Amino acid sequence: MADAFNFELVSPERLLVSEKVTEVVIPATLGEMTVLVNHAPTMTTIKPGVVSVKLASGQVNKYVVFGGFADILPTGCTLLAESAVPLSEVTRETLQRRIEVTQAEIDRAQSDEHKTKLELFLAELTHLNGIVMPA
Amino acid sequence: MPSLKDLKNRIASVKATQKITKAMKMVAAAKLRRAQEAAEAARPYAERMNKVLAGLSAANAGNAEAPLLLSGTGKDQVHLLIVATGERGLAGGFNSSIIRLARDHAQKLLSQGKTVKILTVGRKGNDVLRRSFKENIVHYITFREVKQLGFVQADEVAHKVLELFNAGEFDVATLFFARFQSVISQVATAKQIIPAKFEASEAANNGSSALYEYEPGEQEILEDLLPKNIAVQIFRALLENNASFYGAQMSAMDSATRNAGEMINKLTLSYNRQRQAQITKELIEIISGAEAL
Repeated sequence: MADAFNFELVSPERLLVSEKVTEVVIPATLGEMTVLVNHAPTMTTIKPGVVSVKLASGQVNKYVVFGGFADILPTGCTLLAESAVPLSEVTRETLQRRIEVTQAEIDRAQSDEHKTKLELFLAELTHLNGIVMPA
Repeated sequence: MPSLKDLKNRIASVKATQKITKAMKMVAAAKLRRAQEAAEAARPYAERMNKVLAGLSAANAGNAEAPLLLSGTGKDQVHLLIVATGERGLAGGFNSSIIRLARDHAQKLLSQGKTVKILTVGRKGNDVLRRSFKENIVHYITFREVKQLGFVQADEVAHKVLELFNAGEFDVATLFFARFQSVISQVATAKQIIPAKFEASEAANNGSSALYEYEPGEQEILEDLLPKNIAVQIFRALLENNASFYGAQMSAMDSATRNAGEMINKLTLSYNRQRQAQITKELIEIISGAEAL
């Protein structure tokens, strides 16, 4: 059995998870990554996606996060999400609303750079929508 | 001298007022607890964020290409004051103490020949500041319809601030809010958020940050985090403000209830005295009438 480490999932509103876990899968900007104990210190931004947390008891919990960043140390991992919800509580409406908001923002965006960033975000959201809510 | 009937009416009206203030006090107490919990729940995020940023900014100190949000525009000419107040009154000195602090600050800057722009959050502050700084107010955000203060609202404010900053509208931004100390004490506070300032001690603790691997680059993360940090700072300020508001309202309503109680006692005393005087007067009339016969 793998060694456990501390994992914290924090959103601006509250601390969602603070537990001993053996494995966490993070949707990092440059691709998904799995964090195990004794991971090299890493700081990474994350994109909208599903965080899968394997507790020390073997139970797997999943959360949907919308961007943020993760601070990984050999002894623990802290995920600061802009907003995070347990997967079971996500509804199609919330996702749809987010997509619409982003879409509206793209229309308003002035600089191309900003626009590209938002479009990327939208693509990720749409992708997420596909995973979480199969039609 | 008011008549007996007048006194009776006044007692009734003060009693009604007392009932209202008592109810408001209880509502404020219940909401205060919730607001306080929310403020506490937001703390871990803000603290982590601060720690990470302090480390990153220490690593970036002296870097000429550091993002403007961190290093500032290099000028100190145009100041933006973000004044966060409550939507409602009846909270003692809560709103006025924030407004006073902001006004003093604005006047000081103006006398130094600086340009002042004001962004008001909350109706009360806007109403008052509009009187003396009408031309300086650039934007006004209200959360009147918002029931539960969330990160979304803070994001809205941050968005506006960043939009102004990116358009080169100001050089320095200062946030005004009431820091929640306890139920009876809320301190109006000014906090500079652009360019970002971090406590040196936190940066020192994070000296090992050079060992970090950054994904993508250090610069990109910093650029991504700084705007977020603005939103987090504002969110914290809003939550503190919210808790302070209910704290101030609770103590204000408590003393109002007590005052009403005192007033009822006084009025009842004079009511009884007058009633007694009237009875005595009637008795005298009857007796002297009987004696005259």
